Amino acid sequence: MIGEKVARAPASDVAPTLLALRGVGKVFSNGVTALSDVDLTIREGDFLSLLGPSGCGKSTALRLIAGLSTPTSGVLDWRGGGSLDRANIGFVFQEPTLLPWASVFDNVWLPLRLKGISRAKAAPAITQMLARVHLTGFEDAVPRELSGGMKMRVSIARAMVTKPRVLLMDEPFAALDEITRFKLNDDLLELWQDERFTVVFVTHSVFESVFLSNRVVVMAARPGRVFDELAIEAAYPRDEAFRTSPDYAALCRQASDVLVNAINSTAGPHHDGH
Amino acid sequence: MTVIDGTLKLDPEEARRVRQERLERVGRWVLPLAIMILAIWLWDRTCVWNEIPQYILPRPGVVLQTLHNDAGLLFSSLLVTLRITFLSLALAVIGGVGLSVLFAQSKWVEMSFFPFAIVLQVTPIVAIFPLINIYVNNQTTKLLLCAWIVAFFPILSNTTLGLNSVDRNLRDLFKLNGATRWQQLRYLRLPAAMPYFLGGLKIAGGLSLIGAVVAEFVAGATGQSSGLASRIIEAGYRLNAPRLFAALFLISLTGILIFLVLSLISHLILRRWHESALKQER
Repeated sequence: MIGEKVARAPASDVAPTLLALRGVGKVFSNGVTALSDVDLTIREGDFLSLLGPSGCGKSTALRLIAGLSTPTSGVLDWRGGGSLDRANIGFVFQEPTLLPWASVFDNVWLPLRLKGISRAKAAPAITQMLARVHLTGFEDAVPRELSGGMKMRVSIARAMVTKPRVLLMDEPFAALDEITRFKLNDDLLELWQDERFTVVFVTHSVFESVFLSNRVVVMAARPGRVFDELAIEAAYPRDEAFRTSPDYAALCRQASDVLVNAINSTAGPHHDGH
Repeated sequence: MTVIDGTLKLDPEEARRVRQERLERVGRWVLPLAIMILAIWLWDRTCVWNEIPQYILPRPGVVLQTLHNDAGLLFSSLLVTLRITFLSLALAVIGGVGLSVLFAQSKWVEMSFFPFAIVLQVTPIVAIFPLINIYVNNQTTKLLLCAWIVAFFPILSNTTLGLNSVDRNLRDLFKLNGATRWQQLRYLRLPAAMPYFLGGLKIAGGLSLIGAVVAEFVAGATGQSSGLASRIIEAGYRLNAPRLFAALFLISLTGILIFLVLSLISHLILRRWHESALKQER
């Protein structure tokens, strides 16, 4: 198992397609074009980051994939047609979004509870999941007793407790301090390598996207669109050594250049200069 | 050694802050109590110094004496008032929460019926009572209806607000997990509305007592009631000021007790998660 984990290559063109977005666009009722003509293929086992400035529609794209919103044009093609069962999607919001009145255990129970699984029946899965995110011993705590990082761990445990095939994350660590964020990045990667699900990760941090992903999709704003894509070929597992390596620095520089180009491509009469 | 001593000793500013805090904590109880005692003493002295006759302003001691002597009469009346108060509060909770859940099912229902609730709320109950008097025969039902109309609105409006102010992401989360309407109500909207509901309940508790007393007053004017309000009217006719004061004292005491009990319930329910209940801890 360990050998297999180490040898795992970035998901490449060989991996089967999980979801293809074809010419997807989204226009809001107020006339704003959030997304325009997006073509994107997500493959099984991808850790794909959507990187871009605010207003580039990356969160909108995530909501479309989640089925929380419908495209105004184009199609989302879940491998061979049809939509993926919602049970196969986990979603992590920018805020922890926990039920403030429920314990950590009950918060993680929620998705299973909504499927009619009793607390006793769900207990083994919940306990196991809490152990995976290093929250053993905090089962009875309520959210307000936890730090920001711990709340986010609960949120991840809740998303993963149904063993989804796809985990969608909307800038989950943006509000955390850097030390906590690094730790959560490491733990998320470990989880991903063990469980082999697909991740679509929205972020505005170049460093985070390069550290985590095998593919970085850079988006541009006004209208929101896919600007370019980078393959991050570095091998997993990625750890502290990778974070301080020249390779990582070079990849970050490369991604940063693409991002700057994406931002400049927007510059025009509408550009507000930020 | 000196270093350890240094860390253990509070610096002057911190010490002053701690002292200030302790003083405030004591003062919160002692000050109002002292003012209350002073006021009662002044009341007593005013009666003595000005030789005010008992039927105009009785001395506090006389009021207490009356409370003791007329205990049987007053407390049986109090029981009548309390029964109306708590029954109407219970009905206000059932009606208020029930209606707000109904309103929460659809914006259209809320838009259609909320104005009626407002009309009921803003029309003075004293003005409505003669109508109720014509249409309803049963005495208890009459009083209950009055107290209910006064008490249910804060519960309705607060709970409706609470049910509608659920975090957008949490709503999305439930949608993602395929929650049914019922599940969303049961596991998300009702618990989220709890602090709002309890706020409304605290107001409604006081209002149901006011509603009960006002209803008795109007009904008592026609000699149909046996609650505390009718004791007050009766005592007023007979210039029995001590009993009037004693009845008044009982009503205020009841109001204070209702408020304290509801505050305690609210604290016990909310202390685990709601921010307004947090400041006590740590």
